[in-house]
Amino acid sequence: MLLQDTALIYGRYLRQSLRSRAALLFGLLMPLLYLLFFGPLLTGLPLGGRGSSWQLLVPGLLLQLGLFGASFAGFAIIIEKGQGVVERMRVTPVSRLALLLGRVLRDATVFVFQAVLLVLAAVAMGLRAPLGGVLIGFAFVALLTVSLGSLSYALAMKVSTPQQFAPVINAMTMPSMLLSGLMLPMSLAPAWLDVLSHVMPFRYLVDAVRDAYVGSYATAHMLYGVLVALGLTVIAVTVGTRVFRTAGA
Amino acid sequence: MAPVISAASLARTFQTKRGPVQAVRGIDLTVHEGEILGFLGPNGAGKTTTLRMLTTLLAPTGGTATVAGHDLATDPAGVRRSCGYVAQSGGVDGQIGVREELVTQGRLYRLTRTQALARAEELARDLDLTDLLDRRTATLSGGQRRRLDIAMALTHRPKVLFLDEPTTGLDPGSRADLWDLIRGLRDEHGTTVFLTTHYLDEADALSDRLVIVDKGVVVADGTPSALKLRYGGSIDASLQDTFLAITGRGPAPVDAAPVAV
Repeated sequence: MLLQDTALIYGRYLRQSLRSRAALLFGLLMPLLYLLFFGPLLTGLPLGGRGSSWQLLVPGLLLQLGLFGASFAGFAIIIEKGQGVVERMRVTPVSRLALLLGRVLRDATVFVFQAVLLVLAAVAMGLRAPLGGVLIGFAFVALLTVSLGSLSYALAMKVSTPQQFAPVINAMTMPSMLLSGLMLPMSLAPAWLDVLSHVMPFRYLVDAVRDAYVGSYATAHMLYGVLVALGLTVIAVTVGTRVFRTAGA
Repeated sequence: MAPVISAASLARTFQTKRGPVQAVRGIDLTVHEGEILGFLGPNGAGKTTTLRMLTTLLAPTGGTATVAGHDLATDPAGVRRSCGYVAQSGGVDGQIGVREELVTQGRLYRLTRTQALARAEELARDLDLTDLLDRRTATLSGGQRRRLDIAMALTHRPKVLFLDEPTTGLDPGSRADLWDLIRGLRDEHGTTVFLTTHYLDEADALSDRLVIVDKGVVVADGTPSALKLRYGGSIDASLQDTFLAITGRGPAPVDAAPVAV
């Protein structure tokens, strides 16, 4: 039942994404701009990491893509609540968990697709990285999208207007991006900032993907990255499920 | 006739920043099988909250209810299988086609793909939507949209259909069509219809019985003529005057003693 319902909801929302090609690519705009106009500034700088500056920047941009994209995913549900679509589905016997999972899996699909395009653009700009590492990067994007998407949908179910939703997301995403060292590695930071950044879960994810991009798979960074990403996913999906089970109640 | 809906002291209190708000204080009601029940009350009386509780969208904070033999608290899945609900806002995505919405709805009710396609055709025929199957729902007129919303709610042939202000915003012709549709559902399929409305002519013309709520409790219950006789003073009283007399929102009764002579 759960699998069948999830597939049904996934299909509905994937078709929705495919209908609007612009929305499908829109999330790419910000990371692509960083890649084109910020990436070239880094090529000659001593960044302290192994490999080229692209191997440092692209993992950060991938997570930026997931961070900003998935955090705003809940907007769609606010619109659907207004249309009555959410309640219409909630009076059917459909699994409550499927209503969440179908949506976040669609988001994961869309953002991994965007991530592939971003990496292709990065290769054109000069990125060289092992295929295994690149694939690991996509897996992290998928996990990040599922967790942030779940939290975003959960918040969107709780609030009634976009005006209540957007400020919370804005207040969360920008500090998350800066404090995780997505643009530049935190190894460049003064000690206080480096310590502070360890509070941010995304810090562990970006460190892991950066290791993967230079072909180091069996590292402490990778272990922590995997643990944090999986832990975040479990917590977020649990929170999301709870909200979807009782929403409106 | 057996009761198909019964509620006892059904209540819902919302916790807000300014303290608890009792949207529904305690609703007692019985609806019989095959009945068309008009559920009336001023804005804020708790009509939609009651409807959302009876359709499992909102958990009650007090009281009990059964719908088609299924207990709201212990068997919400059973309630969902036996009732259909059309919200005030409807419930379709404007960018999606009529057929796709109907088929998805069938699949949500666990029909196979083939069954869902067949059911969509059947519903379209019954609700006069066949020519619209390939249109996006956003291109439908108000009356067509309403028929689609109702078709969606009838997908699983529910015993009880809940309609929240089904004719709000429709032109007179579409309203008359919808009344015929609702009567037809009851006459041909024995569907029990529980509807809220602010149009008293609609309640008068359509309902077998009226339940009037105010401030979260039932304040009157009976056939339109019984209520007119008891509260309006005569069987020829208008439902408007009767309603105002019951909810205390109207002018003082004409036979009240003059304030000054």
